[in-house]
Amino acid sequence: MRELIKMVVVLTVLAAFSGGLLAGLRNGTAAQIEKQQLEFVKGPAIKKILEGASNDPIADRFKILDGDVERNFFVGKFDGKVDTVAFESFGKGYGGDIGLMVAVKLDTDKIVGVEVTTHSETPGLGAMAKDDPGFSAQFKGFSITEPVKVTNDDGKVNAISGATITSRAVCKAATNAGNVYQKLKPQLSEKIKEFNK
Amino acid sequence: MAKTITQEFTKGLWAEIAPFRLVLGLCPVLGVTTTMENGIGMGIATTFVLLCSNILVSALRNIIPQKVRIACFIIIIATFVIVVELVMQAYAYPLFLKLGLFIPLIVVNCIVLGRAEAFAYKNGLLFSMADGLGIGIGFTLSLAALGGVREVLGTGTFYGASVFGPSFQPFEFMIQAPGAFVCLGLMLCIMNLFE
Repeated sequence: MRELIKMVVVLTVLAAFSGGLLAGLRNGTAAQIEKQQLEFVKGPAIKKILEGASNDPIADRFKILDGDVERNFFVGKFDGKVDTVAFESFGKGYGGDIGLMVAVKLDTDKIVGVEVTTHSETPGLGAMAKDDPGFSAQFKGFSITEPVKVTNDDGKVNAISGATITSRAVCKAATNAGNVYQKLKPQLSEKIKEFNK
Repeated sequence: MAKTITQEFTKGLWAEIAPFRLVLGLCPVLGVTTTMENGIGMGIATTFVLLCSNILVSALRNIIPQKVRIACFIIIIATFVIVVELVMQAYAYPLFLKLGLFIPLIVVNCIVLGRAEAFAYKNGLLFSMADGLGIGIGFTLSLAALGGVREVLGTGTFYGASVFGPSFQPFEFMIQAPGAFVCLGLMLCIMNLFE
């Protein structure tokens, strides 16, 4: 009996201590990790889809509270006018969430470009969503207010061969982006006006 | 204990160098060694986990009950692995992007659990530290050697710097999985020739 109690106590104390330590560390590093992601993953993606912008989209960003989620928006300035926002949305892929950076032109509601940011898809198959520029190029010009689908689901996007789940997830992420965009459009327009002042 | 601390440390560098002599922990050995930088990064991460888990297991060896020792070891090891993962994400993000998948797998690296069970649980703090550090550095050296050979042959660079110039046609085979097995086999063969 004494042995049993000892086992339970030791395991409990050890697990509690480890949980506490990790929670503390996670809080401590969260800001730094976000900064690194911005620099190495989101940064290049944003630069790519907002190519030709005369401002620095990573510096010109703002946050909007959507329910209890805080969303980051990056703005792009073209021909002297801020009219494009880029933001990240997610879709459930084969190996977890796929992050998709979507840039939308505000006056036309059209997608300017998309780029996969974070993913854990199979190299050579699902990972092609990020590695093959031809795939993400298809999204250009789609209206953000309509759901995006692959050709198998009567949509317009040609799926990557052998990676239908990944292709669907990217489409889902784009559709989610559309929902967020429509919901937050009034606030977005307000913020953009401030940038154009 | 007939052995000295120095002996416990140096055995990990040659006599019991983990991937080659014990052929343990092969998943990261074969998986991440496409370049030397990846190999060294993975080696350092594993060394850190190994050292910390050895220290803690050794310090707590009189408290941890025999029957739940493996569970306790895994908690300790997993904690340090997540510490490594978070710190690497925060301060070495490009390396994390390359090694990402393999960092959580250090938890099930049999070298780490093996040293906790076979050494740290039975030996004092200083000896366990020497053992963990020695085995860890040996592991890092093995990964660096394997990564170096595969990088030179597979991409024609050494630690990122070009070796053979632009006209070199790399053996792409070497940076793929079968190349890892062939390379490991040849290195084992060379090591046995030395004996």
